[in-house]
Amino acid sequence: MTPATSTDIGTDLPATAGPLATAPPERARSPRRTGERRPPAVLLAPAGLAAAVAVVPLVYLAIRAAEGGLATVVKVLVRDRTVSLVLRSLALSGAVTVVCLVLGISLAGLVVRTRLPGRRVWGVLVVLPLAVPSYVAAFAWLSMFPRFGGFLGSTLVLSLCCYPYVYLPVAAALARIDPAHEEVSRSLGAGQVRTFLSVTVRQVRPAAAGGGLLVALYVLSDFGAVALLRFDVFTRVIYTSYRSSFDLTPAAVLGCLLVVLTVLIGWGENRTRGRAGYARLGGGAARRRPPTELGGWAVLAVAWCGLVVSLAVAVPLAALGYWLVQGTSAGLDIAEVSVAAGSTLGVSALGAAVAVALALPVGVIAARYRGRLGRLLEQAAYAGHALPGIVVALSLVFLAVRYARPIYQQLPVLVLAYAVLFLPAAVAAVRASVAQCPPRLEEVARSLGRSPAGVLRSVTVPLAGPGVAAGAALVFLTCMKELPATLMLRPIGMETLATELWGHTDVAAYAAAAPYAAVLLLLAALPTALLTHRWGSTAGVSTNAGAP
Amino acid sequence: MRRWRGVAAMTVTVVVAVLLALAGCGGGDSGRAGRELVIYSGRQKALVDPLIEQFKQQTGIATSVRYGDTAQLAAQLLEEGAATPADVFFSQDGGALGALGQAGRLEQLSQGVLDKVPARFRADDGSWIGTSGRARVIVYDPRQVHEQDVPDSVFELTKPRWRGKVGIAPSNASFAAFVTAMRVLRGDAATRDWLSGMRANDVQTFDNNLLILKAVEDGVLQLGLINHYYWYEEVAEKGAAAVPSRLKFLPGGDPGSLVNVAGAGILRGSNQNAQARQFVEFLLTEQSQSYFAQKTKEYPLVAGVPAVADLPPLESLRSPQIDLSDLNTLEQTLKMITDAGLT
Repeated sequence: MTPATSTDIGTDLPATAGPLATAPPERARSPRRTGERRPPAVLLAPAGLAAAVAVVPLVYLAIRAAEGGLATVVKVLVRDRTVSLVLRSLALSGAVTVVCLVLGISLAGLVVRTRLPGRRVWGVLVVLPLAVPSYVAAFAWLSMFPRFGGFLGSTLVLSLCCYPYVYLPVAAALARIDPAHEEVSRSLGAGQVRTFLSVTVRQVRPAAAGGGLLVALYVLSDFGAVALLRFDVFTRVIYTSYRSSFDLTPAAVLGCLLVVLTVLIGWGENRTRGRAGYARLGGGAARRRPPTELGGWAVLAVAWCGLVVSLAVAVPLAALGYWLVQGTSAGLDIAEVSVAAGSTLGVSALGAAVAVALALPVGVIAARYRGRLGRLLEQAAYAGHALPGIVVALSLVFLAVRYARPIYQQLPVLVLAYAVLFLPAAVAAVRASVAQCPPRLEEVARSLGRSPAGVLRSVTVPLAGPGVAAGAALVFLTCMKELPATLMLRPIGMETLATELWGHTDVAAYAAAAPYAAVLLLLAALPTALLTHRWGSTAGVSTNAGAP
Repeated sequence: MRRWRGVAAMTVTVVVAVLLALAGCGGGDSGRAGRELVIYSGRQKALVDPLIEQFKQQTGIATSVRYGDTAQLAAQLLEEGAATPADVFFSQDGGALGALGQAGRLEQLSQGVLDKVPARFRADDGSWIGTSGRARVIVYDPRQVHEQDVPDSVFELTKPRWRGKVGIAPSNASFAAFVTAMRVLRGDAATRDWLSGMRANDVQTFDNNLLILKAVEDGVLQLGLINHYYWYEEVAEKGAAAVPSRLKFLPGGDPGSLVNVAGAGILRGSNQNAQARQFVEFLLTEQSQSYFAQKTKEYPLVAGVPAVADLPPLESLRSPQIDLSDLNTLEQTLKMITDAGLT
């Protein structure tokens, strides 16, 4: 898996200081000397543990699938249904990616590059869908339009949830473009349109491709929306198979196949990514490009932004509001909602704490000791990128029931699933934050007589701390919205907002589901706002920044 | 090198602390699970949670419930074996209980308890007991289908007339039990043909019966295979005039008219045996039986408790002549449903 490049939270932050400096940051920052050093055992051991935790579910799932016997595996793989599953999953993933590219790039172009009336407000509004979990959006649409569903419905809902993945990096890239390139193109006689297509689009291509990859991967792993909208892709079929049969081999085999598909997409994106560099050569800083006047087109542009935002945010909110009123009249169980909110917060906090704790040694090694070993550990920690929640859950069910009886069906297994799933985001945050504090500052502090612990306290923590904390907030947010793993691994008697919402929506009790959805949106909106405020307009952010 | 020793030490401390904290939570939870009655319920929370609350309040027995799908929980109980935390399995279907009974996972119930329910609604070997009855029916949308055009047999549903118009819930245990009944009545080959015929006829699959009922009422489907009580509950809630769909009870002993039970069994080796027995007996009290009759609109099975008046009498239903104990081959049925590409 290699979406690492597009997901390094904040690695691009320093790049905003120097114009268009998109050269691989780690090489620029860490001198060769440090790159060759071997990390100390005291750091290596926990990093190894983290890497093992990340990889074990995948390995065990493969073992469990193989236990079914070669004949069964082959039988599952070659049946018509599996083939149609692959095609359907790829079609959905492709369609959503295309729609997201159109939405994300057009909105980014309008907000960043034109004198769009109210562009600051639009800049905030268009990233709001990050706070809307896909199953909440699906629930909203479905509750209003019962016929809504299938391929088209799933494409619409997922696109509206996912386009910020494209919007954010493209907006950041557009903001950094040096207008000189376009001016050269224009002076050589190319028209506005040709310049845009051949110069501007080309420069945002890496950002758009990275965003598109995130969308494609997310769609493959999404469970809630496709399950509610009854579109049979991998995740829905794996879940159905898990809950309705004695023989879990088919579920395990399909899980492995889904992982292979995910890895192939990541690899393909990496292969097709252009090798051209778009760095600005020459000294000085780029000018800011004056925004384009829209003239008469302003009305259309505003209408477009308004349409997207209302479909993505206003419609879910309106539906939710409607059902909330309906539900309150039928009697609202505040106690139950608060219990669910409490367990959501608690289990997400645990998940974020464990993910970040495991990520610390890996991230520090990745930032400070770039050797083969360090790379290997980091790659292993990124395994979660290729593992949809449902696959991790399935694997942990198998593992726990056989080898970890005492914690089977207990909280630690769920927390472990969160850690595996969201370790990549945490590692990226730690690595970027640690890489950002120059080793030289620490050396200076040492040479001025500070103890190692003193250096840590007065230099490293203040410099890296905020970034790590932001990473933790990101993981926390993503845990709150996670559905499939929570559904399968929650301890007996525990319900989170997501599972309560699912339980009610699954029996079409929309009014009963609404309060949980509303509280979940509220809770998710806070970290989303913080994160987008921190990175939103400047950097190429945000991995699973709120996987919808 | 030394510079990072501090960070590393801190990291290790944090990791160890968190793992210890987790282990602490885990230990605490499992300790608690050992002291309370654990019920695995294949019946939906919305349907049975109020009743279980009554049980808790009346007996003061600490109870926790794992809700899931009947087949999933049965498979889980088999996989967990003797180490299961569960004490009682509250199933949506006699077949799943039968499968567990056959695997030797259920304890013998006392004759006094068994005698409360007619013999056809409990295990021959006394390993489980039905607590309420439910009939398979076809729900239809009278705006799209005339009453006389609704098929008399599920075997007609593979015809082109119904292409894409029929809904089923293949992962639901009640559906699986109906398929098992078809296997018992018509043989495996005919059943396999029917399942693949349904698939080829673009049958619409849903997660559960309620979603099928809703889809029929929204006009998305023309027919659906469900249990009777979902419809009666809705009528009770909204009034007959506000419910656009209608039910048909199939005649002539068609598998589509199977009368099945929801029931309960006690897990062998339960460390809460007395409480588990108390719970099963509680389900057979007049109070619980009335709950099933009045609230979930099922057929009470204990003599003396009447079903709601607008239900056709249990004796009048033309259910196929089947011993519910014969529906214990759930595993083969589930495999057949999967092989047909429905789950």
